[in-house]
Amino acid sequence: MNRKILIADDEQNIVISIEFLLRREGFEVLVAGDGEEALAKVRGERPDLVLLDVMMPKMNGFDVCQALRADPDLAGTRILMLTAKGRDTEVSKGLGLGADGYMTKPFSTKELLAEVRKLLGM
Amino acid sequence: MTAHRKLILTVVAAGLFTLVLVGATAALMLAGEPDENGVGRSAAERVVVLVVLLLLASAFCGWLIVRLHDLYAASPLRMAEEVTATLAHSGLRVGEQGAAELRVLAQAVNQLLALREASENDVAERVREARASLEEERSRLAALMADLSQSVIVCNLDGRVLLYNQRARQELAAGADGGHVDLLGLGRSIYTVFDRALITHALERLQQASQLGETENGQLLGSAQFVTATPAGRLLRAHMSPVLGGDGPHHAQVGGLSITGFVLVLEDVTSSNERHARRDALIQSLIEGGRGPLGSIRAAAEMLSEVADMPAQQRDRFLRVVHDEAAKLSAQFETAASAFSNDLRERWLLEEMRGAELLVVAARRIGERRAGERRALAVKTENVDEDLWLRVDGFGLFQALRYLAWRLQDEYAVREVRLSLTRSAQLAQIDLSWLGTFMNNETAMSWLQDPMSVAGDASPLSVTDVVERCNGDIWFQRERVSHRAFFRTMLPIADAPTDLPRAVIAAAEGERPEFYDFDLFGWSAASHELDDRLLADLSYTVFDTETSGLQPTQGDEIIQIGATRIVNRRLLRHECFDQLVNPQCRLSPQSIEVHGITRELLVGQPTIDVVLPKFHAFCADTVLVGHNAAFDMRFLQLKEEQTGVRFEQPVLDTLLLSAVLHSNQTTHRLEAIAERLGVSVFGRHTALGDAIVTGEVFLKMLPLLAEMGIRTLRQAREASQKTFHARLRY
Repeated sequence: MNRKILIADDEQNIVISIEFLLRREGFEVLVAGDGEEALAKVRGERPDLVLLDVMMPKMNGFDVCQALRADPDLAGTRILMLTAKGRDTEVSKGLGLGADGYMTKPFSTKELLAEVRKLLGM
Repeated sequence: MTAHRKLILTVVAAGLFTLVLVGATAALMLAGEPDENGVGRSAAERVVVLVVLLLLASAFCGWLIVRLHDLYAASPLRMAEEVTATLAHSGLRVGEQGAAELRVLAQAVNQLLALREASENDVAERVREARASLEEERSRLAALMADLSQSVIVCNLDGRVLLYNQRARQELAAGADGGHVDLLGLGRSIYTVFDRALITHALERLQQASQLGETENGQLLGSAQFVTATPAGRLLRAHMSPVLGGDGPHHAQVGGLSITGFVLVLEDVTSSNERHARRDALIQSLIEGGRGPLGSIRAAAEMLSEVADMPAQQRDRFLRVVHDEAAKLSAQFETAASAFSNDLRERWLLEEMRGAELLVVAARRIGERRAGERRALAVKTENVDEDLWLRVDGFGLFQALRYLAWRLQDEYAVREVRLSLTRSAQLAQIDLSWLGTFMNNETAMSWLQDPMSVAGDASPLSVTDVVERCNGDIWFQRERVSHRAFFRTMLPIADAPTDLPRAVIAAAEGERPEFYDFDLFGWSAASHELDDRLLADLSYTVFDTETSGLQPTQGDEIIQIGATRIVNRRLLRHECFDQLVNPQCRLSPQSIEVHGITRELLVGQPTIDVVLPKFHAFCADTVLVGHNAAFDMRFLQLKEEQTGVRFEQPVLDTLLLSAVLHSNQTTHRLEAIAERLGVSVFGRHTALGDAIVTGEVFLKMLPLLAEMGIRTLRQAREASQKTFHARLRY
């Protein structure tokens, strides 16, 4: 079956590449441009994995992550956080709030793909 | 057998001998009975002769005894008295009289006395020398401290300030609102300046470090550092090291010696901290700001390179991403670079420099022979104004002038340049000129605006940057008539630097300069209740106020507070408090006549609720002294609620003390007392002037009070209360 992945990032230029990459690999890809939209789409579309950027308008990645983890229905949704800040404290904050993985920009597309597959158990 | 008894025996023997003679004569005469011829004496006649002879013999004996007594008994006693007198005055000598033996003795005593006097003089001379050299060392130390560019404070273990330098005082005097309060003073507590816990903690670390050092290496002593903020918000880094002595408290022992105090060396780190913070922020923003665009570029690039069968439209999208993000990254880079160069600009401290000196050094730098260059560039200085002072970044200017000169040599084969320094109105004009070859304006402009790079020396700054940093301007100009061209630099003229006020004020002979007082080492804050302390040992704040009128309860207000301090019976004129106060009420015309302070003088001055807490801090740990202090205290007490500070210190009043000392005098006005005690009056009716006069008067009173048996604070207060004036109430 087709795995569904939501990309939540306001940076269009990175979304283009990731979306292209994941579609080529056969995933079904959804895109959200801010935190609130991301939360709504997770609830509506039930993706298997969310690629969550930390710095987003309206609601930041940490808050979205926390909201998702507060909802028992969404417990199965995997969360991979993407960030442009590489501080150790942030990584541990993300993981502490319930993210399943963490990647710091700039990352290689191969690593991203490997991480996505790992989180989806493929 | 003593000489005295021998003498008496001799006298008695002589007397007996005479009596025997007399007796014999009498017997002879009695025996001469008259014969029948009538030759001889009648019985009555013989008795008369006998009596006369007896009297003569007794008189002779008496005279002999008196004479011998004088010679052998009275003279030694007199000499004994004279010898006793020499115990007190080593200049005295014993009189050489009496019997020959006694005179010999007197000579021997006199020789001894002369020896003793000589050795006493010798000791006195050595003591004088030692004291002079000690005084000299103290002055030298004080002079050294005054010249240090760092702030230095020395305290005893109780935190009492024993020594400080001018710089420490300036550094710590700035108040939070830009005002000025002298918190630092001899005998004052360092805790009014720094948090007690901070110092205590540092002291603990100091002791720990010192003990550790002891085990490793017999002599090692620790030091501690802390950073703290002043009331004005400056950051200070303090370096603390111990002062060792023989008789400090037990708990602070280090290798047989104990810590009796500590030295604080302070350094203002505000600006360097700000700079570090700014640079950190810059680097952080560069790193974090770069991650996003780099991430996008990398992802797009990987897609482009790895996916061969991409439609042209998709490929264009990726290329556009790379293009956009690269542009973003460049912009970010530029911002960071210019911020860094601003930072560089600020890091250069401007320094005062004599213009002539600047030119000499610049000429030398330009004239240095470069590697690979056949001949050095010739430099001449001309028209140098010797009196000009500039405030410049010297290093930057040397670099700029050299860069321009060497570029002339390299690109236009100029062989000689000239440097001149002249005054042009309020500006200094430095010309770097040369003959012959001209360049066009555009080239000159680019030389001034390119980053300087000379002989491997690259700088991110341009000549214009350097000159602007010195608040100046530079341009290229040429004079066709003289065939000269020059780069002209205009710089603001600075004042010749004046020496900072020297910390060491020449003290009268026998007096110490007021910035240090090592006698305070013996102090202990908690040991005594103030009341039982000797007046001579206490620290005082002598103060006076000027007011808008004489009725504190009817709305009159304080308009000026002046105060100075007395520590160890010295008036510290340099540690004073002098502040005008905006009363926010009208001044009575009578009061203006007294103090001369008009409404205009008070505009913009702080109000009482700002001034009083500062004054309270200034008075900390001292006894207040004022003339007619009850009046001033009434004003202060009425402000307690409004300002939140209470003056609970003991108060002494020179007016009352004067009444104690001279109860028969009719006036106890400050001038009258000053005149009586021989204090010269100056600057009266300014609060500080009056406070100083009051302080001098108080110091003169101390010995007089001691003569009356008033030695402690308690005694002084009780005596004051008993006087008539104490019953006056305001």
